[in-house]
Amino acid sequence: MRVYLTLVRRELGMAFNSLTGYVVVAAVLFILGFTLVDLVETLRSGPSDAPVTELFFRTYYFWYAVLLTAPVMTMRSFAAERTSGTYEALMTTPVGDWQVVLSKFTGALLFFLISWMPLALMLFVLRHVANEPLLFVPGIIASTMLGVALVGSLFMAIGCFASALTRSQIVAAMVTFLIGMALWVASYRPLTGLLGSGAQARFFEHISMIRHVTDYSRGQVEVTHLVFYTSAVCFFLFLTHRVIESRRWK
Amino acid sequence: MIEVLDLTKRYAGHSAVNGISFTVGRGEVVGFLGPNGAGKSTTMRILACYQPATSGTARVAGFDVFREPDEVRRRIGYMPENNPLHLDMRVRDYLKFRARLKGMGWNRSRERVEKVIQQCGLKDVQGRIIGQLSKGYRQRVGLADALVHEPDLIILDEPTIGLDPHQIRSVRALIKELGRTTTILLSTHLLNEVEMTCTRVLILERGRIVAADATANLERLLSLDGQVLTEIDAPVGELRELFRDVPEVERMDSSPLDGSWQRVSLKPRNGADLRPLVYDMAREQGWPLRELTRSRHSLEEIFVHLTRNRRDDEPHN
Repeated sequence: MRVYLTLVRRELGMAFNSLTGYVVVAAVLFILGFTLVDLVETLRSGPSDAPVTELFFRTYYFWYAVLLTAPVMTMRSFAAERTSGTYEALMTTPVGDWQVVLSKFTGALLFFLISWMPLALMLFVLRHVANEPLLFVPGIIASTMLGVALVGSLFMAIGCFASALTRSQIVAAMVTFLIGMALWVASYRPLTGLLGSGAQARFFEHISMIRHVTDYSRGQVEVTHLVFYTSAVCFFLFLTHRVIESRRWK
Repeated sequence: MIEVLDLTKRYAGHSAVNGISFTVGRGEVVGFLGPNGAGKSTTMRILACYQPATSGTARVAGFDVFREPDEVRRRIGYMPENNPLHLDMRVRDYLKFRARLKGMGWNRSRERVEKVIQQCGLKDVQGRIIGQLSKGYRQRVGLADALVHEPDLIILDEPTIGLDPHQIRSVRALIKELGRTTTILLSTHLLNEVEMTCTRVLILERGRIVAADATANLERLLSLDGQVLTEIDAPVGELRELFRDVPEVERMDSSPLDGSWQRVSLKPRNGADLRPLVYDMAREQGWPLRELTRSRHSLEEIFVHLTRNRRDDEPHN
């Protein structure tokens, strides 16, 4: 546990000791700023039928931000250490492979959460300005943040896996982007109305991240979604662990 | 401390290490000497439990590197090739971070970091960012890291590579100092480094150990045919006559230098050391002498010699 915490701290340190960390936070803030402008416009144009958190996800800015920043947040985790050689120094200390994988993931997730923290702040500011308490129930804001965290953890797990695969940060970022994009496109399918109501439709309905966050933004914390994200994160972390471990039998 | 038996590491297509066996006792400072690609780093990586071997066994402090890697890692301090460090960290923070990774508690790690900072002469730079340090200081940070958990064995892969002569001297002095209390295995492709720091040497070439001996005996290996070179102010004819009567001298060559000085090279029989003989002769005859050396081989020549011998030993098919 002590080693794990030391490693998590190092991961965060790495993110904030370099410019990349701040650039990513700035990019998220920039996109959040756009969303804020849109939300203010929507609220001004008349009464809304949905909580403001749902309106936030309807803008899709969230997805652009996640798809573009997640690869940058995670590309370095393993790839950079491999290139610089510090990976060898790390793996020859008595730390376990799982400790390394979990600390990289936790570090990335914490960084993700820190960069999305301003969203909660933004929602509270809007609440104060709009003066319509019904649109901003704190419980709904909390469940929205939970949704953001779950999507983030999935993307961070994908990113760790991609970064463990290669020495090249660019390749790692591209792999993360591709897997993320594929998941997002799959998420979009049920919304097109082209799938009918068969098994295929139910499958895509189940894995649709867009559906998931919409539920959370309405304050519905579905257990099935939690199970989906937990199992997907475990799956990608398991793959990461296998990749890390593979050096033992290569 | 280290027992390696028939260790082999094959990569797709070629073998980097080819059935090597050796042991290193507690308190020894052993040098791996060999050209690039001889298998030094691969062997060290296997000992540090970073890579598995294809076959063979390796034990460190009695623990198998493949079956009990955590026990082994706890007992070794390993500095990989090119000494990778987190360049964005400060020296003290980095050493504390590493100490904690190696399983030390708060107080103990602080104590040990303090100690190695003293030991490695890092006091003046402990608050600086590693990326801003000179290569010599970075190397000291790497050494301090290898030492911080008081390991039984220190493995250093090319500890002086890329340093300037002044830095090399100070790093070697540090290694020598450490060697008094700890077992050290280091690799290098520099002959004089082994001579200056190690008690024993293992010469590797193409994944095999071609020679293993105490450093003191390296001298013998270095002057295999023991040719003696001398610059002497004497008539060539008399010299030739004198040496003809000495049974230890197989052949003599000479070339004239400035004035009446001669450059003479003598080839001994059976590897005898001809230097005292030449000196005595010059003194008896009253000939001025301004140089008297036994020629030494370069590492390349030793390799050629050793590998040629080995090929001759191999049975012909």
